[in-house]
Amino acid sequence: MSLFEVKNLRKNFGGLAVTDDVSLSLQKGDRIALIGPNGAGKTTFVNLVTGHLKPLSGTVHLDGQNVTKASPTQRVKQGLVRSFQVTRLFSEMTPEEHVALAILQRLGRSGHLFTNFKTMPEVVEEIGSILALLGLGGIARTPVAEIAYGQQRLLEIALAMALRPKVLLLDEPAAGVPSSDTVLIERALAQLPPGLAVLMIEHDMDFVFRFAQRVVVLAAGAIIFDGTPAEVGKDARVREAYLGSYADDRSVA
Amino acid sequence: MQTILSIGADALSYGMVLFIISIGLSVTMGLMKVVNLAHGAFAMIGGYIASYATQQMGLPFGVAIIAAVLGTMLVAVPLERFLYRRIYGAPELTQVLMTIGITFAIIGIANFAMGPTLKTIALPSQLQGPVDLGFRTIAAHKLFAAAVGVVVAIALWFIIERTPFGVRLRASVDDAAMAGALGIRTKIIYAVSFALAVGLAALGGVVGAQLLPIEPYYALHYMVTFLVVVSVGGAGSITGALVAALLLGAVQTTGRYLMPEYGEFFFYLAVIAIVCVFPNGLMGRSK
Amino acid sequence: MSETTLNPSASTPLWRRSVTRDLVAVLILAAVAVALFFLFPSNLALLTRIVAMMLLVLSLDLVTGYSGVATLGHATLFGAGAYAAGIVAAKFGITDPLLMLAVGALAGAAAGAISSLVILRGHGLSQLVLSIAVVSLAHEAANKLSGWTGGSDGLSGISPSALFGMFRFDLFGRTAFIMSVVLLLVVFVVLRIIVRSPFGMLCRGIKQDPVRIRAMGAPVYFTLVKMYAIAGAVAGLGGALSAIATKVVGLDSLSFTLSAEALVMLVLGGTGKLFGALVGTLVFVWFEDRVSAINPFHWLTIVGCLLVAVVLFAPKGLTGAAEAIWKRMRGARS
Repeated sequence: MSLFEVKNLRKNFGGLAVTDDVSLSLQKGDRIALIGPNGAGKTTFVNLVTGHLKPLSGTVHLDGQNVTKASPTQRVKQGLVRSFQVTRLFSEMTPEEHVALAILQRLGRSGHLFTNFKTMPEVVEEIGSILALLGLGGIARTPVAEIAYGQQRLLEIALAMALRPKVLLLDEPAAGVPSSDTVLIERALAQLPPGLAVLMIEHDMDFVFRFAQRVVVLAAGAIIFDGTPAEVGKDARVREAYLGSYADDRSVA
Repeated sequence: MQTILSIGADALSYGMVLFIISIGLSVTMGLMKVVNLAHGAFAMIGGYIASYATQQMGLPFGVAIIAAVLGTMLVAVPLERFLYRRIYGAPELTQVLMTIGITFAIIGIANFAMGPTLKTIALPSQLQGPVDLGFRTIAAHKLFAAAVGVVVAIALWFIIERTPFGVRLRASVDDAAMAGALGIRTKIIYAVSFALAVGLAALGGVVGAQLLPIEPYYALHYMVTFLVVVSVGGAGSITGALVAALLLGAVQTTGRYLMPEYGEFFFYLAVIAIVCVFPNGLMGRSK
Repeated sequence: MSETTLNPSASTPLWRRSVTRDLVAVLILAAVAVALFFLFPSNLALLTRIVAMMLLVLSLDLVTGYSGVATLGHATLFGAGAYAAGIVAAKFGITDPLLMLAVGALAGAAAGAISSLVILRGHGLSQLVLSIAVVSLAHEAANKLSGWTGGSDGLSGISPSALFGMFRFDLFGRTAFIMSVVLLLVVFVVLRIIVRSPFGMLCRGIKQDPVRIRAMGAPVYFTLVKMYAIAGAVAGLGGALSAIATKVVGLDSLSFTLSAEALVMLVLGGTGKLFGALVGTLVFVWFEDRVSAINPFHWLTIVGCLLVAVVLFAPKGLTGAAEAIWKRMRGARS
């Protein structure tokens, strides 16, 4: 059994199939990129998998358990975590508090009324190590509204790490980051635990080819390709549906 | 049977007055996304102007209505320009506070200028007596209120669906940024709609003065009712406001006739039930 | 700031620093209370009423300032506490003031939890309307159940026994004032701890982005219901305090007007800050008492203009404005 397995997932919006019999599985340590042209149904797929939309049919298994009917928060607790394409952070809170909240949530202490994370040495230590790992230590106590966008993107990754997921869905982790700074995001993703299974949605092809061992292409709601980055540029259907002139212009293989 | 007819007639006229006043609020909320708690205060200003015009100046009722509508707009336009424009798109809490502030100030000023007593509007003789409908008689002013409500509903529908202004208004409601990019001057659309909304409030204040008597605390007493009508109907929907006003008018009137000792208990119970089931209102669009 | 500030040995003093700041805050509040006690010996009843209102506004700050719930019906929780404490005293002979406070807190917490189930169903406008409907419904119910509540005449016959069996509630309101100040200080410290706790952080997170909170796997609805119950206990204490101090409970303690006034006080002082709730209440009620003695309608005009001014020029309230001035002065000096 795979660590994460999606089987025959279907979803219609007003008769139109936006997710058409999608099956996908991830093993421990996988680094997979999900690509596809605009409107291919990538966002719908993420929403189905995370439980924000109900599928018409099909199943989602996480670590051997059927989570098809589980609520989004239950799935997070079982180890399925997502990041957001558009940064969703608490503008008045500091990176330190963000990471603290994620760690406390993971430890089941986020409902505690009369404690303070600053008095929990193990939490303080973990916050420090995560922020240091991502190079955010220097701005740990600066409100998020005042830090650079690239740093906010890194904090998104820090939150995902603090939740210690088994499967991580990264929704365009480098979206909106100036290209000179994408290397920081890449470096941060390289710090993710090796055993974690990662499914990344991304538009930047160079980034995809450096990151992923496997590329899955979604077009019109269906998977039209599943293979190595080396093969994706040669696939005729992918050329037609998505890469088009891009693949012709440069040798992606 | 007689009771049912009495309740029905009262509920209809009361519901129509609620509609005339609330529809303006619904437009402001649907278009500018402003929770305008001062809307009732504008209805009250209309009532005061009409009362002054008929009682102190001896002007005829028709002239008083026009004076009330225009006079209230005259008060409201600078408020829109200098206060409301600052809170378009602000969080609800900010809007609530600013408009409650405006309401409080208007109440205080109204009391200072007009005194704390009830003010009446002199009706023309045609509207004073009862009208025989065959099966029973009904006060003429109640029929008049219901008729004005029908006219307002039809006129609004015509303006919004059939005029160039209506097209621009609907475009601004759907997507203000896009409408602006298409060359629609949203600021002017907003100002005109605001004036229209306030004018309707004033009209409702005058026409409904027999049912909702004019006094300084009018602005606070009925504010909740108007807000409830808009919320139940769904902000920005004419049909929704009409249905909600008639429905809630019926609930309130029935309660007063049959169970006066319970006050507004069942009214608020109905509000909670409807809003819990339809959080965006009966005709509201889901977000 | 360097990364070393995050290691545990360096963060312990930081935690101690917040304890020190709590102590300083409590000492300041106590000093102000003592000063008021001696400066205005004939106004102790008003001051006690202010403390009861402070508890209501603190409670409102928890749900509005810290958790982002827009409500115009918060007096429901205050009134529940007031009536519960009043009814057990007048009808069941439970006149021990501490017991009455406990009953008020429990009733407030229950009212908070139950009303939140309704209010949290809505968002934006519908949330406001639901909150108004809830307080109006409670008001009508209390009016109808006049056998228990005294209806529009108010609930009388509340005669609290001596505090600890020793301190009678005197005519000048000294006992009531001292008790209320001690109660306020205890609540204040407890709330300072709660707003900094993991739960408090979670609520602040929900205020800013509930979607992100859910993506962390934390429950939004349940957390807010819990916060509402806590806020209910605080407001209920305020209601019970007012029942003990004034010996009557009126329908106005369960009104839309009181709810709106509480919101005005909170915003005047500054939302999302416990000190803001205290400052706003003190300033508002004190001025209300002075100005409305002259003419209640002038008071309304002044409050109205003040509100507009606060929204336009000091959206963070008096404490926010004071903070900004303080920062600017410090900036200019250095």
